[in-house]
Amino acid sequence: MADAYIYDHVRSPRGRGKPDGALHEVPPVELASQVLAALRERSALDTRVVDDVILGCVTPVGDQGSGIGRIAALNAGYDENVAGYQLNRFCASGLEAVNSAAAQIIAGQSDVAVGGGVESMSRVPMASDGGAWYGDPAVARRTYFVPQGIGADLIATLEGFSRADVDAYALESQRRAATAIAEGRFARSLAPIRDVIGETLLERDELPRPGTTLADLGALKPAFQQAGEEGGFASVAMLRYPHVEAIRYVHTAGNSSGIVDGAAAVLLGSKAAGRRLGRAPRARIRAFASIGSEPTIMLTGPALATQKALKRARMSVSDIDLFEVNEAFAAVVMRFMRDTGASHDRVNVNGGAIALGHPLGATGAVILGTVLDELERRGLATALVTLCVGGGMGTATIIERV
Amino acid sequence: MYKTLTAVADSSGILTATIDLPDRSMNVFTPELIADLDAIVRQLKDDAALRGLVITSGKASFIAGADIKDLVTAYERGITPRQAFDWSQSLSQLLRRVETVGKPVAAAINGLALGGGLELALACHYRVLADDPKAVLGLPEVKIGLLPGAGGTQRVPRLIGIAAAARFLTDGSSLPPAEALKIGLVHELAPAAEAVARARAWIATGPEPVAPWDRKGFRIPGGAGLMNPAIGQAFSVGTALVTKLTQRNYPAPAEILSALYEGTTVPFDTALRVESKHFARLLTGPVARNLMRTMFVCKGELDKLSRRPAGVPRGSPPRLGVLGAGMMGAGIAHVAARAGLEVVLLDTTAEQAARGRAHAQKELAREVERGRRTTESAAAVLGRIEATADYERLARCDLVIEAVFEDRAVKAEVTRRAAAVLPKTAVIASNTSTLPITGLSAAAPSAARFIGLHFFSPVEKMPLVEVIVTKKTGDETLARGLDLVALLKKTPIVVNDSRGFYTSRVFGAYCQEGQAMLAEGIDPALIENAARVAGMPVGPLAVTDEVSLELQYRVALQTRTDLGDRYVAPVSLPVLKHFVEDLKRLGRKSGGGFYDYPAGAPKRLWPGLAAEYPRAAVQPSLAAVRERLLHIQALEAARCFEAGVVTTPAEADVGSILAIGFPAWTGGTLSYIDTIGVARFVADCARLARAHGERFRAPAALRARAKDGTAYHTPRAPGAAA
Repeated sequence: MADAYIYDHVRSPRGRGKPDGALHEVPPVELASQVLAALRERSALDTRVVDDVILGCVTPVGDQGSGIGRIAALNAGYDENVAGYQLNRFCASGLEAVNSAAAQIIAGQSDVAVGGGVESMSRVPMASDGGAWYGDPAVARRTYFVPQGIGADLIATLEGFSRADVDAYALESQRRAATAIAEGRFARSLAPIRDVIGETLLERDELPRPGTTLADLGALKPAFQQAGEEGGFASVAMLRYPHVEAIRYVHTAGNSSGIVDGAAAVLLGSKAAGRRLGRAPRARIRAFASIGSEPTIMLTGPALATQKALKRARMSVSDIDLFEVNEAFAAVVMRFMRDTGASHDRVNVNGGAIALGHPLGATGAVILGTVLDELERRGLATALVTLCVGGGMGTATIIERV
Repeated sequence: MYKTLTAVADSSGILTATIDLPDRSMNVFTPELIADLDAIVRQLKDDAALRGLVITSGKASFIAGADIKDLVTAYERGITPRQAFDWSQSLSQLLRRVETVGKPVAAAINGLALGGGLELALACHYRVLADDPKAVLGLPEVKIGLLPGAGGTQRVPRLIGIAAAARFLTDGSSLPPAEALKIGLVHELAPAAEAVARARAWIATGPEPVAPWDRKGFRIPGGAGLMNPAIGQAFSVGTALVTKLTQRNYPAPAEILSALYEGTTVPFDTALRVESKHFARLLTGPVARNLMRTMFVCKGELDKLSRRPAGVPRGSPPRLGVLGAGMMGAGIAHVAARAGLEVVLLDTTAEQAARGRAHAQKELAREVERGRRTTESAAAVLGRIEATADYERLARCDLVIEAVFEDRAVKAEVTRRAAAVLPKTAVIASNTSTLPITGLSAAAPSAARFIGLHFFSPVEKMPLVEVIVTKKTGDETLARGLDLVALLKKTPIVVNDSRGFYTSRVFGAYCQEGQAMLAEGIDPALIENAARVAGMPVGPLAVTDEVSLELQYRVALQTRTDLGDRYVAPVSLPVLKHFVEDLKRLGRKSGGGFYDYPAGAPKRLWPGLAAEYPRAAVQPSLAAVRERLLHIQALEAARCFEAGVVTTPAEADVGSILAIGFPAWTGGTLSYIDTIGVARFVADCARLARAHGERFRAPAALRARAKDGTAYHTPRAPGAAA
């Protein structure tokens, strides 16, 4: 089988996912198109060599409907023979798109493919696509659906993470992100997003609050207590976790991932394709895996997906230099570190979605690019990227510099 | 030509059908009424001279719904889902024919309309409701484990929106007229006497006889389908709230939500079929049968004093004496005064007696404050309670309830002093919860006129009274005891005297099993949660804290003293002993027991439990803990039944639910065994006995039932008098 290599990647800055966010006026097809165009220009890519453009998108309706992978490629001026599609593995969609592109290449059925993702959360709010998972009473009942935040609070309860613990984690995310931004660590992969008259709307991530203090974080109200208690979801969780006396509601807007708009794209190809592209590969995809986990707590998949991917790669945690674990909620990463033994100084070294935001469909591709840049900056070799996934899943990808 | 209604056409061709079932105080859907409605729709359709129909009732109310006595037999008859579907469709399709008859039909809802009665009105094109507080509208089917199967789950959301419909249907409570008008369930309110005239007037305007949902472009108010985020949210939260309220033990609210979800995205006739399918799932399940049989049929019989000895004439309301003005005595006096009885409330000092009377005063003042009672009415109730320390004041009492401290000597003393002044004919009752009545009756001049009336705390809220008779209790005494219970609007069960009677034994088994599990190293949060998931109102450890560990321990010690060699210590006795004697954690009132009670915060399990009873490495499943907690109670009930303490399954069932909160979905303790199947229950017990001890061994009579396949309840014939 062939190997799949990463040749380049690029992402948009992340704009606050609200009507007053900097990217709100940009329709998501345009947001994805500008990133695809930037990838083409940076790599001097002749798009006729691209077999497929795969974009993750979690809310693929309205602005983001009708197969945004294909439409964004066309809108970006990619050759008409480039196929495209959209996939949805909830929060790992961007990484799953990379993995799917890699799979085509490894299988020898594509030579060059783009994997990435897009989500304009300000324009297409979460859950705009409906879904039986939570909306069909019979299905919600059988799957013991509870909102993810309650799953995160349940993790904190089971693991004994206090409010102070998760806030301290969030503060560190802000601190690391602020350092990374100040030192320009993200700059080489950021493509500014422009408006219709060509002026720059946003060139750096909009969400971070570098001056955040523990006191600021401590003042925020628990975000999921009302849904748990008045909305009845704690009773659903209790049926699955009957040894929990009471859920501790520790997650707030300050220690959960931020809602943002953003897009990212990763250029992958076979070794042979690299010769045709006239470029050297930056990293090899060593292994990837997706896995299902208990769906009510929902967010414990990253460690399971990690073990599965490590096993496929015949590697162990100690073989990985850097980890990117999506900061959906502070407790998710804290539990990951406890489950795998990965130390915090190797995990999310440039901060994560708590500080920078989580554009659902794009994040997997964003953090894959971020960690590749950081491997190169530090002169390290291996990284593992993983995200927790709706419905109780995890996805992980291991890369190795070449 | 009609058996259940009269149909009169006026000169303008408007037909008025007045439903008035013979020999019934209220209209209910009977096969005859259904046939008549079918015929009148045909008459309306076929007779070209008729231009419209007004449907009203000849009773004070409109229609009260279906006949539960027919529905309750469906499960026992082994009705199939297809038959239940057809049954639902027959009424549903009839109402659809009303709606699509092609001429305007108006309902003049002159009084209360519930269940099928409201569904009939909803199938009319226009609804005039009597502006009378008694004319409430409701679809209470959820309370008997069913859903409205004649269009209710489909017409209501199309009138008032899905979210409001979900609340209305899963709650099952009734709406007063103003509210019904406001949310759009009816078109118009009118004085009851004018309702028919208004309905006729509407027809006279020549309206188009088409339901909103049969018009082109109809949209459900507030939207439907999951592309509408508000709808997804409503179903998501609705499902979670149903779990919170029912712990998923009651299928009806969940089926109602599914009927709403599935039905509101399809054409109306498909929606009616979807509704009937969900109805069929409920009618063919045991929970609806259990709820109907126990909470309506059995409880209804007991409320009508089915255990009252025949031939004892009913007397006038008794003048009541209450000995002891503590929590129970004060509560009994309060409830009796509210029911219109004259009460003498006696305690050792005038001050203590007055304190008992002050309890009623406080409760009444709160009602006045909330506008639920007038100052005059409160004063009248309070005026009926005479607080005194003078036994002579009991001289004219017909019935005296002793409610003093659970101590034989004290009880004997007050009984003797009261008997000295009471008329010879007076009945003396004891409110003891544990002490055998036969022993207490020795202090009374006549064992024939002595009885146990076991009220539960708080008296105002608890709906049951356990009436205890000894071998010598006379028929007249029992009749007067039951008459009093009925006057107080409570439900009586009659049990034979023995230690702990019936309800306290079942309750004790529950508490002891929880304590035993704690001692085994089962996580206490799991024990408490499993109890609530089973449907118990409070976990066994929490409820033990409420009644106090010390009390339970003292009762155990007293029992040991009384029984001597025959005493079998409950498996949990070491736990009580350790808490009471070593840890001095006596319960909630003493600052803590199994729980801590921090000021201004919710109670929480005492963190020290883990050190006292180290957690076992392997914990049982939720289902296993739940099974132990319910099985042990049902077993204790079976033992009481075998011993003749409780003599009818109906009383065992109703008593367990109303007194100790045994979950209603089971239909009660013995109904629970029937529902599981006697043979399977006995096999479960054998397995549990091997794992956890002899207390789970099924008694001989129960094992014999398992062999013959004899359930506790005998199936009722359809339509048989209940």
